[in-house]
Amino acid sequence: MFYRENGQFKTSYAADQAVFPILQDRIALAALLFVLFVVVPFTFSDFWLNSVLTPTLIFALAAIGLNLLTGYAGQLSLGTGGFMGCGAYACYKLTTIFPDVNIIILIFLSGIFAAAIGFIFGLPSLRIKGFYLAIATLASQFFLEWAFGRIAWLYNYNASGAIEVPTRTLFELPITGPTATSATRYLVVLAIVLVLTFVASNLVHGRIGRAWMAVRDMDIAAELIGIRLLRTKLLAFTISSYFCGVAGAMMVFLWLGAAEVESFDINHSFLILFMVIIGGLGSIIGCFMGAIFIWNLPILLRSTFGGLIDAATVEHISFMIVGALIIFFLIVEPHGLARLWQIAKEKLRLWPFPY
Amino acid sequence: MEILFNIFVQPFIEMFTAPDLLIQVLWEGFVSGTLYALIALGFVLIFKASGVFNFAQGIMVVFGALSLVGLYSLGVPAYVALALCILIMFLLAATVERFVMRPLVNQEPIILFMATIGLTFFLIGFGEFVFGGEPKLMITEELGLPTGSYDIEAFGGLIILQQIDISAALIAGAMVAALAVFFNKTRIGRALRAVADDHQAAMSVGITLQQIWVIVWFAAGIVALATGIMWGARSDVSFALQIIALKALPVLILGGLTSIPGAIVGGLIIGLSEKMLEFYWGPMLGGSIESWVPYFVALIFLWFMPQGLFGERIIERV
Repeated sequence: MFYRENGQFKTSYAADQAVFPILQDRIALAALLFVLFVVVPFTFSDFWLNSVLTPTLIFALAAIGLNLLTGYAGQLSLGTGGFMGCGAYACYKLTTIFPDVNIIILIFLSGIFAAAIGFIFGLPSLRIKGFYLAIATLASQFFLEWAFGRIAWLYNYNASGAIEVPTRTLFELPITGPTATSATRYLVVLAIVLVLTFVASNLVHGRIGRAWMAVRDMDIAAELIGIRLLRTKLLAFTISSYFCGVAGAMMVFLWLGAAEVESFDINHSFLILFMVIIGGLGSIIGCFMGAIFIWNLPILLRSTFGGLIDAATVEHISFMIVGALIIFFLIVEPHGLARLWQIAKEKLRLWPFPY
Repeated sequence: MEILFNIFVQPFIEMFTAPDLLIQVLWEGFVSGTLYALIALGFVLIFKASGVFNFAQGIMVVFGALSLVGLYSLGVPAYVALALCILIMFLLAATVERFVMRPLVNQEPIILFMATIGLTFFLIGFGEFVFGGEPKLMITEELGLPTGSYDIEAFGGLIILQQIDISAALIAGAMVAALAVFFNKTRIGRALRAVADDHQAAMSVGITLQQIWVIVWFAAGIVALATGIMWGARSDVSFALQIIALKALPVLILGGLTSIPGAIVGGLIIGLSEKMLEFYWGPMLGGSIESWVPYFVALIFLWFMPQGLFGERIIERV
């Protein structure tokens, strides 16, 4: 009843191409951002900030990275975990070498290292397609996992083989390390994720995104209309790994506080692939929905059944439920939660009238 | 210079000075190659007939082995347990067809792939829920499989051939032969090939797609059960086994997704190259290179043959 576009006329090309063409959408977004930035940090408990909101945002960013590659450019990747690890280890080395440089700049820089690795492993994509390409990304995943465990220089020759996050400050306020409060870390994560989401949204709505989608839909046809395949695919790999790298750096520095090789294993690659598929291939808002759903479902199950049966059984049951729900969602709506959201909005425009 | 020496000279000197070790390494490579080939075979069966890249093959291996051990520990005699396991595999195939494959018919390959990952999660949870998560011992002797080893003295050293490995290789060979006969000589086999060729044409000549899929998943389930028994006998039965499914991917890709001989040849290439590289070149790089070497070997082959060694050449048209 309130969600109408009556009377909102588009008088310029810019307005016609807007990401959120309807006024109500823009108001809702502004309200959501206000709540996320102002209300949430002061009212939510540490558990919510630390175990729910921060990881959801970080995984959403990684999912955006993967979605740029898989959903927009159509290149299947199973190496997300490894690229996240690249970012994390790069950030760790950078902050060891340059302790005085602001950590937020380093987090953004560390993505570049992941992007370089992504570029290298994207090279086979010109010759190899589809599931065959998954092998190239799996190669990167396992090679990087091995490298993180074997190359002692990467973790500063620690006896434990883990990377521990030192305390770094922004305007005298600690934002990483054990002394940082969860609210500050959450705010930093939120800000970085928003900036990069904005970048991603602009990328996919622009020339680059259109080239990616042309390659996804049929690469030979794309080549015929003058898109340079190698360049476009490599750009997708590079930018996608940049996003994953930044997500990985944030995961260690602003959420976990310490990490080992296992933090970047193949299961994380699958976790993020799930988020992308459940959220919707080729949709940015879908990445957030997928991350919210996949990350929080086990937490919800644990807190619901936690008291009733023992922890191991809950774990097994939550595995079963997640698996069954993935199949269920694929059957009901193969285009993911983003598509359901879109359908709901279409319906809402007419509600309560039938047409 | 020293690096070049270590790469190009040293390993070959080692090979010639200790041929017994070389044979042992080759044998290890051969055995793991046949086992990879067996898993890849399960993938190929399903991919050929339905175009589904079945990620759940690995967990089906674990699931088959676990239900065998689980039934035996309940007091069921070993052979009866084996028969019951085959029945379980059939039920699994029918359930998957009814609840996963049928509603998802005509979807894109990546959606079907994701559905099998969902199935993997479900089966992991279900398996741990029913059988518990701790590793179990495979009932090797009870099934009548030999457990000793042949120690052969040759080239001034000792070559140890585990009997279980020999029987694994024999069983793998027998299964491949049986599948080849099944595919080429029987009525159902021909129907399977027809479905693989063209779903719609197959349906129009009266082949029931659903039935074919149950049969294919059942065949893949039996292959999984055999693989599970063999792998279980070499180490133990635990959920860690499912990681070998990921090892089977390069094998599969190397051989070509749709080719049964490809799975065998790919398995042997990956198995042999993995063990050889690990043993002779691995220490130089810090060891444990087994985890990523197969993928790079597969990548090198793919660079020259993008559809794998025996894969169908695809002519792309706009």
